[in-house]
Amino acid sequence: MDLNYTPEQIAFRQEVRQWLADNVPAEPLQSFDTEEGFEQHRQWEKTLAKGNWGMVTWPQEYGGRACNLIEWLIFEEEYYRAKAPLRVNQNGIFLLGPTLMEYGTPEQKERFITQMARGEEMWAQGWSEPGAGSDMAAIRSKAIRDGDEYVINGQKVWSTRAVFADWVFCIFRTDPDSERHHGLSFIFVPLDAPGVTVRPIPQLDGLPGFAEIFFDDVRVPVSNRLGDEGQGWHIAMATAGFERGLMLRSPARFQETAKRLVELYRAHQNDILDLTIEDAVVKSYMDAEAYALSTYQTASRLIKGGKIGAEASLNKIFWSELDQRMHETAMSILASRAELLPHSSAAGNVGAWLEGFLFSQSGPIYAGTNEIQRNIIAERLLGMPRK
Amino acid sequence: MDFTFTEDQLLFCDSVKNFLQAEITPESLRASWDTDTGRSDELWQTIVELGLTAMLVPEAQGGLGMNELDFILLAQECGRVALAEALVETALVATPLLSALVDKDPRCASLLEKIASGEIRVAVGHPANELVSDAHVADWLLLPSGDQIHLLARDQVKLVTQHSVDPSRRLFTVEWKATDETCLAGGPEGVQLLAASLNRGALGCAAQLVGLAEAMVSLTVDYTADRHQFGKAIGTNQALKHHMANCAVKSEFAKAPLYRAAYTLSKAPQNADFAVSHAKVAAGEAALLAAKNAIQSFGAMGYTWECDLHIFMKRAWALDKFWGHTGFHKNRLHQWLMNPNAKIGADKTFGIQG
Repeated sequence: MDLNYTPEQIAFRQEVRQWLADNVPAEPLQSFDTEEGFEQHRQWEKTLAKGNWGMVTWPQEYGGRACNLIEWLIFEEEYYRAKAPLRVNQNGIFLLGPTLMEYGTPEQKERFITQMARGEEMWAQGWSEPGAGSDMAAIRSKAIRDGDEYVINGQKVWSTRAVFADWVFCIFRTDPDSERHHGLSFIFVPLDAPGVTVRPIPQLDGLPGFAEIFFDDVRVPVSNRLGDEGQGWHIAMATAGFERGLMLRSPARFQETAKRLVELYRAHQNDILDLTIEDAVVKSYMDAEAYALSTYQTASRLIKGGKIGAEASLNKIFWSELDQRMHETAMSILASRAELLPHSSAAGNVGAWLEGFLFSQSGPIYAGTNEIQRNIIAERLLGMPRK
Repeated sequence: MDFTFTEDQLLFCDSVKNFLQAEITPESLRASWDTDTGRSDELWQTIVELGLTAMLVPEAQGGLGMNELDFILLAQECGRVALAEALVETALVATPLLSALVDKDPRCASLLEKIASGEIRVAVGHPANELVSDAHVADWLLLPSGDQIHLLARDQVKLVTQHSVDPSRRLFTVEWKATDETCLAGGPEGVQLLAASLNRGALGCAAQLVGLAEAMVSLTVDYTADRHQFGKAIGTNQALKHHMANCAVKSEFAKAPLYRAAYTLSKAPQNADFAVSHAKVAAGEAALLAAKNAIQSFGAMGYTWECDLHIFMKRAWALDKFWGHTGFHKNRLHQWLMNPNAKIGADKTFGIQG
């Protein structure tokens, strides 16, 4: 065990910090759930790509820097410290990217990862259906083989960013007679393909962050399938592991929120009557740090060849509930101003806490509800009986 | 940056774990409750033969010259089996305290040699604890007086037994007189040594609390798979699954802070207050939640003397308050974090804190 950064890692941190200082837009971008904001974020992705900062863990041939996971954590720490824009292509780079690395053919990696790394193609995720939410194995949308193509019919829902994205990665039933998690395949669909209809769904903030996607005889080439036919469930579980476990929510995001919360508390210390708030602030900071420490431990283990499994569910519960608690505490500190939208004249310096609070409500729901995660922990990590 | 234990550390921990799980069982613990001392000389000698008392003794005194990080996983295993013998305090508190004074007082070198060889046992008192544990089987006691640390033979002190809810714990108030001859250190050095001892004691408690938390979950998982109601194992009920999952989350996120604290104590003990308090608070929360959710899952059975759960629950309740209760450790975290000059943020996780 050596909990010191190497000289190379310290130099890397400096390099990231300098580049971000030179390149992060001075004014915050508009929400990526507006047409203009999405475009601004797309441009930011291209700026990142030009500096080869799009996804630092990817090999150089795909536009990355072949960084290991410790360096990735350092990059993320600096990214949130610099208050750089949120990653509009997070479905692509954090979820599909690692999945492609593991299951993609050389042609698929060349085709899709390179475009992702260049900031050219933005991705949405298409897994849930009206009848298949927590119970994802209930998927009914079909992709039926017809020569070198699949013909897709059905409906996906809760597809984040799909309103403005270019592609969606989906799970479809390729064996029409199959049931549950058998007979599913992992397939990419361009969102401008004939027969695709995207219907926006406004989220809590009123912006169309979600979409429903309807597929009506949509044709895609068989080469858009990731992995073998029928392997979709298995691959999706690997993607879900990245989502819950490590990639999607790096600790730096929560450490940055915790730091802002400490600063908010200090600024309002003399007005706070609720004695439990200071304890909540300190606990938030410690928990964010615990998540960081635990992630460094996982990253060190993965670098030495370990794998991440059902313990990803422990992470997902921890970070989502931490995020919710931190924002609840901030709202308590802001008191009667907490409900005000930032542009209200009486809002003062409420900043982005309300936006973060709203988003924190989704954490325990997306990427598999925390109830489902608790079932996974009980059954797969602890060995409690399913039936 | 490498936050993993070495192969050697993991292998050694495995072998000690196997030994402990074979030797320390609920039956052996219950049998010890009815003995005079509650301790087994034979077991202690086996522990000595495995080299466990010598681990943190310097090589010059016949020890292995290892550190807190080498011992931390073992301390966790001691908690997992609810070991009654004072191995964790001997290795993590008494030994480093004597090692720090080895050049100053020849008695310390001699005591260290005898700890390593199993000839003697040493108990430690500290202002953070009103009571001294295992003083009755100690040949020597290290006792605080103001900023001083004194060394007394057991026949120089009077022990008054205090009874714990945990029948395995043997606690004493100690009546004694400080003299120049008994004084090992004082002044700023004494203050510093007492502060270091507190951190080491708290680290040992935190490690045992994590082990205890996991042991209680494991007992409960087994019980709820066997116990049937409404025609099925009660462990199939989501309510009980979620009780146990919540415990697993707490334990998991107590571990990395625990290992960070052990690392910091071994490398930069002067900066370890913050890391240790974080570990103690997190481990205490994990163990108390495990106790609460475990007894709830066991139902009436968990409220009985016959059920083994109370062996672990009572130890958890006790250790959560020993070597600095939660209020003490939370207060240290508050003091540090609320200081406007505190260096906080993600890039400071492995920096100097506290």
